[in-house]
Amino acid sequence: MTKLVTDIICPFCGTLCDDIEVEVSDDGKQILKVMNACAIGAEKFLHAQSPDRIVRPRMKQEDGSWKEVTYDEAAQYTAKILCDAKKPLMYGWSSTSCEAQATGHMIAELVGGIVDNTATVCHGPSLIAVHDVGIPSCTLGEVKNRADRVIFWGCNPAHAHPRHMSRYSIFSRGFFTTKGSKSRKVIVVDPRPTDTASVADYHVQVEQGRDYELLDAMRVALQEGPLPETVAGVPKEKIYELARLLKSGRFVTIFFGMGVTHSLGKNHNIDIAIALTSDLNKYTKAAIIPMRGHYNVTGSGQVLGWQFGFPFCVDLSRGFARYNPGESSANDLLMRGEVDASFVIGSDPGSHFPFKSVKKIHDLPSVCIDPHMTPTVAVSKCHVPVALVGIEIGGSCYRMDNVPIESRKVVDPPAGMLTDGEFLELVLAEVKRIKGVAA
Amino acid sequence: MIYLTKITVNLITGRTIQQGVSMEAGKEKEDYMKSCGIIELDAADIAQLGIWKNSNVRVSSDFGTVVVKAIPTTQGPHPGLAWIPMGPWANMVVDTNTYSTGMPTFKGTRVTVEPAENEKVLSSIDLVLVACGDKE
Repeated sequence: MTKLVTDIICPFCGTLCDDIEVEVSDDGKQILKVMNACAIGAEKFLHAQSPDRIVRPRMKQEDGSWKEVTYDEAAQYTAKILCDAKKPLMYGWSSTSCEAQATGHMIAELVGGIVDNTATVCHGPSLIAVHDVGIPSCTLGEVKNRADRVIFWGCNPAHAHPRHMSRYSIFSRGFFTTKGSKSRKVIVVDPRPTDTASVADYHVQVEQGRDYELLDAMRVALQEGPLPETVAGVPKEKIYELARLLKSGRFVTIFFGMGVTHSLGKNHNIDIAIALTSDLNKYTKAAIIPMRGHYNVTGSGQVLGWQFGFPFCVDLSRGFARYNPGESSANDLLMRGEVDASFVIGSDPGSHFPFKSVKKIHDLPSVCIDPHMTPTVAVSKCHVPVALVGIEIGGSCYRMDNVPIESRKVVDPPAGMLTDGEFLELVLAEVKRIKGVAA
Repeated sequence: MIYLTKITVNLITGRTIQQGVSMEAGKEKEDYMKSCGIIELDAADIAQLGIWKNSNVRVSSDFGTVVVKAIPTTQGPHPGLAWIPMGPWANMVVDTNTYSTGMPTFKGTRVTVEPAENEKVLSSIDLVLVACGDKE
């Protein structure tokens, strides 16, 4: 007899779907079927069962081959490179639990490390903008129940957050949105006619990199001020029409993504998107939510926030917390050669950082804590496979709207495999031993 | 029609569902290369370059160069704009400037695209190892 495990949290994207059902074998060791998840989430659960999964830590040899080591040896190597370094980079954190993050930060404090998370290549500019101008936001539950005007600006949930539209933002039926998509007017602003645009009421094909101008024009149009014939490739009539459409709504929600944070302007694009949201509140109710990528990148910002006061780019090398994106951010540090050891957990900079940064990781003493083989593992000196959070161990995570949700364990990890929290405890004990700190 | 030997386009990167699925299935696997070792070009740009769709091209910028497979855009039209799904192939050529925000400029890199039918698209692992000098 198989068993059905219900109400599982999906550990893929910041939507943190909480209705996943998984069929497991009688002995509870094998995942047989994943239900309700999107294609990406289902693949994540199934890959955990892969027969070619790496189950023991390993060190890279001179000839490039890997040699299996114990978790204790891997922890000793990790502690040594962190303690030997003057300024070690401790990057990632977004695919692990808040509990493991907190343990990692204790290590960072002892070794004087720099803690940066994947926001640095995701919503870092959004966090900078929030420092500048604040953020009028809401939860996804409010979006589901109230939002009748929804904007996706520079984001494509059909590909990146596949169930977001059906659970919260377009098709879901809520208390005041009883007709689902018919209760809402949906606008997509994107330089490409994306798959999300194909299910929207309006697609605004903004010229790439000209989001700031268009957002500014929207603020002018809200007040029926004068505009040039076209702004960012969009005719002024369309901008006025959109402004009136937003003002006529009862609850406007703006979701924004990498289209604005990755393009020139960066945090300033978000500044003005937030300003537009504030302006809209003079006419109706409006909120803005970043479409966070990793399932617990929001949690990493939360934990860093309550421990050190800053949500990413936290530099502990002087014995107290400093924060200066551009100086204490992972890519700037790597590209300028300002760090002397690399510790990566719960992310893959080898794939998602510019190659110039990846080459620096390759040249440094390095450890990568990741359940699977990745380009980061390929360029690191030590690879520590760990149990998957949200599948093989539970833990706290934060959804993209800053709602904390407890993820659940579904199956046991492979025999003898540690969780990242357990491995970090080993490293912490070894760091304390090297530093002469009482355990 | 006279074909150009090289075209200049504006490159943006980001997620696709195929990128997400293949990434979660294993970045060392061929599927990841097939999903992300590509460049989506507008039909007009493919015509200008005079290449067959699904043939290999070399994409170069001030920041690096990479060989990927050129495919017709799946979410177009967007003439003059090119798309490489986020991943190590895109990151060989993206603008590394962070302008003091910590964020490299992943969208809006000026790149050239030229035919490279005889060159090979490398797997994600080989791509970084070859570029690091660990593999030939």
